[in-house]
Amino acid sequence: MSFPVRVLCASLLAVGLVMVSADRSDAQIAVKGETVYTVSGNPIQNGVVLIKDGKIENVGRANRVRIPDNYEVFEARVVTPGLIDARSVVGLAGYYNQAHDQDQLETSSAVQPELRAFDSYNAREFLVEYLREMGMTTLHTGHGPGAVISGQTMIVKTKGTTVDQAVIDETTMLSITLGSSVRNNFSSPGTRSKTVAVLRQELIKAQDYAKKRAEGETNGLDLKSELLADLLDGKVKAMVLAHTAHDIMTALRIQREFGFPMVLEGAAEAYLVIDEIKEAGVPVIIHPPMIRPFGEAKNSSFETAAKLHEAGIPVAFQSGYEGYVPKTRVVRYEAAIAAANGLGMENALHSITLGAAGILGIDNRVGSIERGKDADIVLFDGDPFEYLTNVERVIIDGEVVYSKE
Amino acid sequence: MKKMILLGLLMCCNILVLQAQERPQVFEGAEILPISGEPILNGVLIIQNGKITAVGAAGSVTIPRNADRHDASGKVIMPGLVDTHSHIGEGDGGDRSSSMHPDVRILDTIDPRSKTFNKAMAGGVTTANIMPGSGLLISGQTVYVKTRPANTIEEMVVVVDEETGIFGGLKMANGTNPLRAGGTPGTRAKSAALVRAHYLKAQDYKRKIEEADGDQEKMPARDLEMETLVEVLEGKRIVHNHTHRHDDILTAIRLSKEFGYRLVLQHVSEAWKVADEIAEAGVLGVSIIGLDSPGGKMEAIGIRDKNGMMLEEAGADVAYHTDDPIVDSRFFLRMAALGVREGMSRDRALEALTLAGARMMDLDHRVGSLEAGKDADFLILSGDPFSVYTHVEQTWIDGEKAWDRSDPEDRKYAIGGYDIFRFSSNHSHHEGN
Repeated sequence: MSFPVRVLCASLLAVGLVMVSADRSDAQIAVKGETVYTVSGNPIQNGVVLIKDGKIENVGRANRVRIPDNYEVFEARVVTPGLIDARSVVGLAGYYNQAHDQDQLETSSAVQPELRAFDSYNAREFLVEYLREMGMTTLHTGHGPGAVISGQTMIVKTKGTTVDQAVIDETTMLSITLGSSVRNNFSSPGTRSKTVAVLRQELIKAQDYAKKRAEGETNGLDLKSELLADLLDGKVKAMVLAHTAHDIMTALRIQREFGFPMVLEGAAEAYLVIDEIKEAGVPVIIHPPMIRPFGEAKNSSFETAAKLHEAGIPVAFQSGYEGYVPKTRVVRYEAAIAAANGLGMENALHSITLGAAGILGIDNRVGSIERGKDADIVLFDGDPFEYLTNVERVIIDGEVVYSKE
Repeated sequence: MKKMILLGLLMCCNILVLQAQERPQVFEGAEILPISGEPILNGVLIIQNGKITAVGAAGSVTIPRNADRHDASGKVIMPGLVDTHSHIGEGDGGDRSSSMHPDVRILDTIDPRSKTFNKAMAGGVTTANIMPGSGLLISGQTVYVKTRPANTIEEMVVVVDEETGIFGGLKMANGTNPLRAGGTPGTRAKSAALVRAHYLKAQDYKRKIEEADGDQEKMPARDLEMETLVEVLEGKRIVHNHTHRHDDILTAIRLSKEFGYRLVLQHVSEAWKVADEIAEAGVLGVSIIGLDSPGGKMEAIGIRDKNGMMLEEAGADVAYHTDDPIVDSRFFLRMAALGVREGMSRDRALEALTLAGARMMDLDHRVGSLEAGKDADFLILSGDPFSVYTHVEQTWIDGEKAWDRSDPEDRKYAIGGYDIFRFSSNHSHHEGN
């Protein structure tokens, strides 16, 4: 998506904040790790990460990177990039689970791509803080599944007290749902076929609109058509929830027909159609492995992520959208289950850092410990996936936003 | 009821007769976590005829000459897990006709072939307290089962006391789940009042039985609800009380003290706020759940992984439970591990998965630890029980290998996949069924 002015302002604000805080403490940071997982390269034993003005200044072996005298030094056994939740509703969905804090699904109409996530993101939501303390520094969050097109998603850092301080991408994807859940929220569409018919009709109308827009014949007043045209023009992506194999095939069919950029999410039965997904070149934001095996997810498997990875399909993890307890899942925990079921520790870590950043289109900023990238760093006292491991510190944009004790 | 239990016992006896010729089986080389004692680095476990006959360090235990010997080096052996609160088996409980159904038995509704039992075994659960839901003040009688493969529920039931024939507890609930908007009970106070009235009635019924003093003419008419509550009043049947908020926890304790029943607090999300009060109350046990985040319902916004540590420090007897499917049985070990991360001691966390739960079901004479004479229910793990990378490799129940990860059929239940879990219904646990 083109970089909107609002994002620019927000980014300037964010930089401003970092500079203010840097002035206040006058401290840059050096993080020493027994193992530093840069993710973009091999793990570094006895590594050092230098952080300056919110960015990663340098990273390397301790004997190669000199720590300047005025840097505050933190040490940890394991250092990783900030972790990325590739699909959440946190911030729109609050932990009370009462009507007043549930804004992830609007049911007045089944097709509402114009709904912006950042108009209802609550940066002070407790679950944002909770996820931050688990090492999650970036969330791709927004409207949930349950409508044909429920609305937009956005990307935030788990920091700040306002959406402007948190947001790094205002409009990332449109949330589209195939399968049986739409009928629970709307009288129509009431079947899979009708859902697809509604979606195709909207996209066909949008093709016409996009053509007119390209010719300067639109006035920008039709928000819905604007967004759908953005989708067809490749400025936003479609994130399509499809759990069953036949719903996944439907998603791929529609994507072929209209040619928009697409990411699959959920995908409980992805392992049945791996070749087809691979051929379509579509990444998968897989369901939480610990999802309850009921309903459309009844055929979910702990090994799906490993199988997709093995096939060369980009995989990231989602916390999903719980309607009961626990109100959110934690992607670090979910990736751990995949790690222990065939994916392996380093692949799992890649999928919740650089892999997720790639799928979300933000790998120029986050996802790895590389010079020039945002200083989003997590300090652990052990393997991030081990049950007994604690997060000791979380750093976002060069600021320590969480310290244990 | 007693007849049925007798039948069940007879079947067990048959199994024992069949096993009379069985050779002892010896498991050698593993680190053994007996729970009732210190870990044994190079341990020997011997079982025969469904029971444990010896546990000890290599060299300290005589290995029978005719034994089948299993090399378990590099593995960890611990008791089968005891889940004090589960909804496996796809059963149901009381209906909406009343808020109290002490007469209802979940035993009568469980599907012994449910794949939920395979899933539980894959997670290492060998004994479970299967309960009706929490949508009623009293939703019915619970049943204690072994999760082993069976055709009938009778083969799975574990009888607490052969004299009374009791094989389960009583499920109660307070807080918001039993409340009915516009109906009864509509408030917490009304909930407590209804429960008190019912137990007062039961006290009266009990008095009449005592006054009859064996004279059938003078006995009150049989009343299934009252008979069950009398078992509770006599301390034979344990109350398992669903409760989340700190004040609801104290209300559950208050009622148990008034009527003198044996109480296991269940869920206890805000235990950390009243840990000292719980410990001082001397309840039979505190069975807690861990969730991956707080919230999702108002009562559970206060849940924290430090509950285990806080209760341990206060001196309460703590167990963990899955509430499967709220937490899948395959993540039971994980739940206690997260408690350890938040400060619970490793030993108490292991006990909270096994022996503590057994105590809360009056089954600690049979399960929950590896000791001679106890049921041969144990797990062979690939490593540390609290590591994410560890898998349950084998689950043994009553001396039989009931689940084996190396068997492709069994392995499916550890992993999931196409058409593995075909449950008849989703779980409507908070609705009261």
